[in-house]
Amino acid sequence: MSAVTAEHEHDDHHDHHAHGPEKGWLRWIVTTNHKDIGTLYLLFALAMFFVGGTMAMIIRAELFEPGMQFVDPKFFNSMTTMHALVMIFGAVMPAFVGLANWMIPMMIGAPDMALPRMNNMSFWLLVSGVLLLASTLFMEGGAPAGGWTLYPPLVLQTGKALPFAIFSVHLLGISSILGAINIVATILNMRAPAMPLMKMPMFVWTWLITGFLLIAIMPVFAGAVTMLLTDKFFHTSFFDAAGGGDPVLYQHIFWFFGHPEVYVMILPTFGVASTIIPVFARKPLFGYSSMVYATASIAFLSFIVWAHHMFTVGMPISGELYFMYATMLIAIPTGVKVFNWTATMWKGAMTFETPMLFSIAFVVLFTLGGFTGLMMSIAPVDFQYHDTYFIVAHFHYTLVPASVFILMAAGYFWLPKWTGHMYNEKIGQLHFWLSTISVNILFFPQHFLGLAGMPRRIPDYAIQFADWNMISSIGGFIFGASQLLFLWIVIDTIKGGTGEKVTDEVWEDAHKHGLEWTLPSPVPYHTFSTPPTVIPCDHN
Amino acid sequence: MKKTKQLFAGATLATLGLQTAQADYTLNLMQGVTKISNDVYDLHMLILWVCVFIGIAVFGTMFYSMYHHRKSRGHQAANFHENTTVEIIWTIIPTIILVAMAIPATKTMLELDDVQNSDMSIKVTGRQWYWDYEYLGTGVHFESHLDAASEKAHRDGSDPHSVPHYLLSVDRPLVVPVGKKIRFVFTSADVIHSWWVPDLGWKKDANPGFINEAWTSVDKPGTYRGQCTELCGRDHGFMPIVVIAMEQGDYDNWVKTTLAKQEEKPDLSDLSREQLMANGAAVYLKNCVSCHQIDGAGAPGDYPALRGSAKVNAGVDPLIGFLQAGTSKMPSFAKLKDNELAAVITYIRNAPELGNKVGDEIQPKAITPVYDDE
Repeated sequence: MSAVTAEHEHDDHHDHHAHGPEKGWLRWIVTTNHKDIGTLYLLFALAMFFVGGTMAMIIRAELFEPGMQFVDPKFFNSMTTMHALVMIFGAVMPAFVGLANWMIPMMIGAPDMALPRMNNMSFWLLVSGVLLLASTLFMEGGAPAGGWTLYPPLVLQTGKALPFAIFSVHLLGISSILGAINIVATILNMRAPAMPLMKMPMFVWTWLITGFLLIAIMPVFAGAVTMLLTDKFFHTSFFDAAGGGDPVLYQHIFWFFGHPEVYVMILPTFGVASTIIPVFARKPLFGYSSMVYATASIAFLSFIVWAHHMFTVGMPISGELYFMYATMLIAIPTGVKVFNWTATMWKGAMTFETPMLFSIAFVVLFTLGGFTGLMMSIAPVDFQYHDTYFIVAHFHYTLVPASVFILMAAGYFWLPKWTGHMYNEKIGQLHFWLSTISVNILFFPQHFLGLAGMPRRIPDYAIQFADWNMISSIGGFIFGASQLLFLWIVIDTIKGGTGEKVTDEVWEDAHKHGLEWTLPSPVPYHTFSTPPTVIPCDHN
Repeated sequence: MKKTKQLFAGATLATLGLQTAQADYTLNLMQGVTKISNDVYDLHMLILWVCVFIGIAVFGTMFYSMYHHRKSRGHQAANFHENTTVEIIWTIIPTIILVAMAIPATKTMLELDDVQNSDMSIKVTGRQWYWDYEYLGTGVHFESHLDAASEKAHRDGSDPHSVPHYLLSVDRPLVVPVGKKIRFVFTSADVIHSWWVPDLGWKKDANPGFINEAWTSVDKPGTYRGQCTELCGRDHGFMPIVVIAMEQGDYDNWVKTTLAKQEEKPDLSDLSREQLMANGAAVYLKNCVSCHQIDGAGAPGDYPALRGSAKVNAGVDPLIGFLQAGTSKMPSFAKLKDNELAAVITYIRNAPELGNKVGDEIQPKAITPVYDDE
């Protein structure tokens, strides 16, 4: 198969750059190596996952029983706001950028990303943005408490934290835009000559498309929050009727960003699933071209459905009908993907190691989230679901047992390649079962709460909502605690894991599925300084 | 030993029984009390069944495959990786299902949109944190706040189970006649709120500076409860809605009584200190507690404390003027009648729970010469 091995560059170069990483902690500040930067993103995301998770535990503790037991209502609103911002911008998005950094160059046979120094800057901009956002928790008036969607006029009642929150959004946005430019440039320009677009791994395809989404939408979000800033401090009235503006205008601009944003989080998820399932089914991915076209269709459709988040704002009927029809359409390419994963499994020879367990749970539970999404697309029924726990259940199903589970699947899948150590399979399976069972105890009852009439973003509730809330909170506490197992696995595997010898291939016949499995485990600091000439292809 | 075991078993079962007797494991959307709410419920059930069948098909296939197509059972992996026919089929069939769903959904949307030919109009204004109802053309106009029992219970840590309809009860419900087409117009005085009564079958946002319209026609008399459903600040969870639908005759009587009460002049006679403090506590609980809190401590950075406040403890006349004028941050309370104003000023200056002890009483008649509220 592939003839690539670790490169020796001493004889080829007469430059002055170091042949390996910097020594000590400085390495992690100045590195331009895609593997180091990938590690930085992944570890940062893992830390933020626990920060956001702690906020979720505070929320579920207050909602454990009716009555106000632990927190002030405004602090509760800050927790829901910050939990979302931290999880979206501090955990999920950076984690996928981390995977992109680590894996894309290796998957396409490139030595690094197209713009390595900008890559480093993107990471440190992310850290700055998140730290600035976190600092608002300690400011007078507290952290923003108007929801992660930052709707005016409510968000303009935020205290001293408002300009800092807005500036942090700018920093995070720039980080994402630069990262996306880097990824698109790398994929389009640095593929091994033997790899045309339609032979790229699905993970690379999904990131190519996601890169375009990010470049298109992050400036729009920046525009929206800048208008909030000028409305507050410079006497503009974009969102103030008294000056000729409209608060609903903000919602249109925000959701024009916000809807494709959720696809930014799910498309790389799809890409990882399409990577892992064929390996453990020992079968090629079913319908590769359809998967590519479906991903592109989903990305295109994601731009023209935004107002389904706004069915109750009072849009004209023609607008409501259009957005209903367009939103319903997304079910079609998404369904195609689910059917194709199922067909990949069908008549395979499956084994159920931890990465496969998480990937299968993803397919099942993401589909449940997709079903509630389809239900919500029916606009007249959405009038009953909107702003209730039914919506909360929907988006948590499409994020937690989808993106988060796939990120963990990716961790289990690639840690042996990154570290050269095998993780503890028994603890991995324990982590999987505890997580899967508890995530359903946590989020499934929230469908019932929404249908029974419980609104979102409330710290206290009527007695008829008590029972499902208690069950949901118990699920939450178990889920939160179970993630410590994953933390243990990551640390233990980095330090040596089970001690079992890890081959290049790690997983049976993996070399058929991707270039990374032709490299040694752990991978050398620099790989593919000359491009590979033979591309493994599990789908054409 | 046997008796102890029996006693223990009995006590456990009794406790479980009590728990389940109070337990509320509602699973499904309500059908509601209007034609629209029933149509919406039917659409919900239709799409739910579609999803259930697709789910059974997909998950059934997956679980079958996970059992039979396992390496450990010796299954050899096939090598197929595409089938255009099958792909076309599973693209076309979902498309057909979606078109089939869109037709009844469109019909209901068009019905919901038709506000014409209503029998009456009610203007609903969302405010932080209560609703304001005005029956256009009749003169009936009142505020609807979270009721006092719920308000106190969620702030002082009382057991919510001891409050009837905890957090879903108001002091002045919205009363409507059954069988009439009622048009609503929604707006807000500050931030975006949303008005939702699940039994009516829809919700509508209340946007500041704009008007939204909706309509309903309630089939059955009864009491229907809902909540604000757009995050509107700290007490977003504490501004419920109660709609009472009555037969036309009863409704007409209610309108008459309500108008009469509105016309009533407030009783400005002198009150005892206890009376002033009690009335003042009630006025404070309805109007002031959301910002200044039940202990008068306010919220640092947002709302000033009343406890030890210079403004509260100084002269009465400036305080009256301040309350009636309002500021950019605090709304005007000119809506309070003189007896309410007198009571609440006495309360905030003297209540031990708020931490002030000026030692005076302000009688209703003391207010009138300072500000003539016509």
